[in-house]
Amino acid sequence: MSDMTPKPNLSPSVEAQGGIGSAPVPATEHDDHLLHDDHHHEHHDQHWLWKYVFSQDHKVIAKQFLITGMIWAILGGTLSSLFRLQLGWPEGSMEWLTPFLGKWIQAGKLNPEFYLALVTMHGTIMVFFVLTAGLSGTFSNFLIPLQVGARDMASGFMNMLSYWFFFLSSIVMFSSLFIETGPAAAGWTIYPPLSALPQAIPGSGAGMTMWLVSMALFIVSQLLGGVNYVTTVINLRTRGMSMSKLPLTIWAFFLTAILGILSFPVLFSAALLLIFDRSFGTSFFLSDIYIAGQALSNQGGSPVLFQHLFWFLGHPEVYIVIMPAMGMVSEVLATNARKPIFGYRAMIGSLIGISLLSFVVWAHHMFVTGMNPFLGSVFMFLTLIIAVPSGVKVFNWLATLWRGNIRFTAAMLFAIGFVSLFISGGLTGIILGNATLDIQMHNTYFVVAHFHLVMGSSAFFGLFAGVYHWFPKMFGRMMDEKLGYIHFWLTFVGVYLVFMPMHYVGIAGFPRRYYAWTGFDAFSQFADLNKFISIAAIIAFLGQFIFIFNFFYSIFRGRRATQNPWNSTTLEWTTPIEPGHGNWPGEIPAVYRWPYDYSKPGSEVDFIPQNVPYSQTHSSNLPYEQDMAE
Amino acid sequence: MTALTILLVLVLLLVVFGLLFRLQILTSIFSGTFTRDIGMSNSVNAILMLVFLVVGGAWFAYSFVENFNKMNPPIASVHGHQMERMFWTTMTVIGIAFLITQTLLFVYSYKYQHKEGRRAYFFAHNNKIEVIWTVIPAIVMAALIFAGWKAWTRITGPAPKNSVVVEVMGKQFNWLVRYPGRDMKLGVVNYRLIDAVNEWGFDLSDKSALDDFTTNEIHVPKGVPVLIKIRSRDVLHAVYMPHFRVQMYAVPGMPTRFWFTPTMSTDEMRAKLGNPKFNYELACNQVCGGSHFAMKATLIVDEPDDYQNWYAAQQSFSEKNPEVMAASKQKAKTLVAPVAAQPEAAETAPAPLAASY
Repeated sequence: MSDMTPKPNLSPSVEAQGGIGSAPVPATEHDDHLLHDDHHHEHHDQHWLWKYVFSQDHKVIAKQFLITGMIWAILGGTLSSLFRLQLGWPEGSMEWLTPFLGKWIQAGKLNPEFYLALVTMHGTIMVFFVLTAGLSGTFSNFLIPLQVGARDMASGFMNMLSYWFFFLSSIVMFSSLFIETGPAAAGWTIYPPLSALPQAIPGSGAGMTMWLVSMALFIVSQLLGGVNYVTTVINLRTRGMSMSKLPLTIWAFFLTAILGILSFPVLFSAALLLIFDRSFGTSFFLSDIYIAGQALSNQGGSPVLFQHLFWFLGHPEVYIVIMPAMGMVSEVLATNARKPIFGYRAMIGSLIGISLLSFVVWAHHMFVTGMNPFLGSVFMFLTLIIAVPSGVKVFNWLATLWRGNIRFTAAMLFAIGFVSLFISGGLTGIILGNATLDIQMHNTYFVVAHFHLVMGSSAFFGLFAGVYHWFPKMFGRMMDEKLGYIHFWLTFVGVYLVFMPMHYVGIAGFPRRYYAWTGFDAFSQFADLNKFISIAAIIAFLGQFIFIFNFFYSIFRGRRATQNPWNSTTLEWTTPIEPGHGNWPGEIPAVYRWPYDYSKPGSEVDFIPQNVPYSQTHSSNLPYEQDMAE
Repeated sequence: MTALTILLVLVLLLVVFGLLFRLQILTSIFSGTFTRDIGMSNSVNAILMLVFLVVGGAWFAYSFVENFNKMNPPIASVHGHQMERMFWTTMTVIGIAFLITQTLLFVYSYKYQHKEGRRAYFFAHNNKIEVIWTVIPAIVMAALIFAGWKAWTRITGPAPKNSVVVEVMGKQFNWLVRYPGRDMKLGVVNYRLIDAVNEWGFDLSDKSALDDFTTNEIHVPKGVPVLIKIRSRDVLHAVYMPHFRVQMYAVPGMPTRFWFTPTMSTDEMRAKLGNPKFNYELACNQVCGGSHFAMKATLIVDEPDDYQNWYAAQQSFSEKNPEVMAASKQKAKTLVAPVAAQPEAAETAPAPLAASY
């Protein structure tokens, strides 16, 4: 390091770490010697149970989130294949599934109530367990300390709790699949009264109770994680890492965590009130109900109130899902186009804009619920505004590719795929956000196609991009590139083949969550198209096993990674190939520049890592940077 | 057994994958390509990007045109035609944005693929460009919002005075239909009075309920505004009539409404489609239980004269069900009895809680 380097100023964060100091290992200790000693210490003393299972190391916790998420994703995908079988071949026999589904196959047909359970669980699993916990849980955990330059999360213990609450929640949800009355079946949005009354559908019995308990645990997990992410980003950044030098990944995780902290408690309250209605005879959401030959005594509740509470989380939730993907895609695009991300500040600004707006658009899910039409006008206005910051992001990504020098790594392919899917899915949001057009489109397959592209598939693509890109840092080995290419092209083509035709079905008005369309004149003309969608969906799903195989094979047999395989500028690549507890064996590197100095004119190499001071790069410094160097 | 076979197939598949994978590594070692090679696979992927744009775009255009008629069943309401124009205008706008951005994405990916010795252009920001692509979408959005807002206020505004009124009530799993009868006034209904015969829960102590009649099919006149009042008696349902561009939830405890003007009678539509069996359908579009997918009603648009005749020929619920009428008189007596004598009565008293029109 040169003497031009600003003196390492011990920021308040360091003191804060000392103050927290609850971790059994001094993970955040800055002193070299201590850390080394401690390192040895650990390796000898630590039981595998504490090292790999109840670990407080953010990297291990990230892997736990990832693998749990992958298991959930396989399950969620399998469920979707089952109901796609039903939709593709409504008259076909499902007898052969009896060994798996047992009594849910009756006379060779899928039970219609179980069909609803399938779509409900598919939605719940994918939205919460895969794309919230699996995506944000994995990469926020993995990347925040590594990219801001911290030894670990602010509280390793809370971080561990976050995973284990998620694990508990998973166990409860998974168990609900096997109970007598079946899992929750009122749609992933669990609108009461259907979700409140076991008389209305068997899934609203014990299955729904378990759904609510699981979700409550899940929310606890999210809050523990979120508080940690926010604290770490605010307090534990290394020397020189100002907020304006953070990689966009961190900005995305940071804002995502804030959204989660502010919106998940509202879902908690909704779940709590629903539990009261279900078990203690209150009437928050129930009124004037006659069901199963009996008039219920509940009076004065409002089912629409539940929808307000649900979507107050539910809408930010879609941004909780997509924003981490946006952040990682920005990072992967810049690295592999060998170009700075275009409009760094505009990217941050649009993320902040999207975050703010995401809290004031929830009722666009409710235009035709009988809500006051005036509210509909307001929410249409606010909703369509979101197109502006979203557009800014897309244009900036395109400008990043422009005149780049693109290396198509598997991660890069998925990042480009993400942008394409985000455009395709996002644009139809302009139709659905328009209250007038939503009268026709609400709850049709147009909606299903829209959100599967814009938040489902896109977020998955972000997840894949992240896994392929940071796999070397996670496991010290490379994933196989060629298998990655095959995986990408199969998935990319598959996703479009599934969801583009789904728009047509939706424009014609085919309602979602229909066990079969055959009873309706207007919808029965799409038999062939439905079959086509089903085949494409099942093939695309099976294609994911290429990834699963590649992932697990490469953990053990992949090529050994180099320290910085993608020639990237961010801090995580300055750690050892397989960073131990505490991430950097020596001092944490200080940061001098923004994270996107790719292909800077005058520089010999086409990337300058963040920890290289301006004093070492006189040839490439811009005028104002030169001032800083001197 | 089946499970075992499938499991076996899956395991075999994995083994095949494993072998292929090993072979691939071996060949790459022998051919000396073990180190990361930007050259070959990079240009293959770049070309695939272009191929995807062209072939994918062509497939999309083809399938869109191919399915265009199927996805556009004829429209039969006044506001439906306005909505349709707005829909396709918006589609055109987003179609243009779609075309430009997707083309740029894939063309850039192809054009700026890695070339040895070339350097990416260091171009970090340009505020002028940012402002341009913020302001232009904002203006377009403003126009769409304005158009949407105007149409929305008109469609959801109060129904014209001369509207024909019909009420539907969703229940698991069919739709109940009733008309106000000769007095043009819907009578009081109360969910506590519902039973197997009195499915609506008619409170026949209310005079205006006496001439209300129920039907299996919905009849409405052509060319006259129709106000559909909507109720649910158990869980959420939604009235969805794609041909009329009508959709509104049925919410227990909160009556909702939607009005529209049909423009084409059922007979006219049958002639137009060349399908003598055609009927307008009312589908439930909010998941309501196992048979949600089969919950539908038929709606028949009559010529106004036919509608008048049909309406006049209907017999009221109270006339059809004298036993309900009698029971209601009996019940009314017990309900007015002193509360002390009938502790249950206070709780089940329908009158003050019933939603009335």
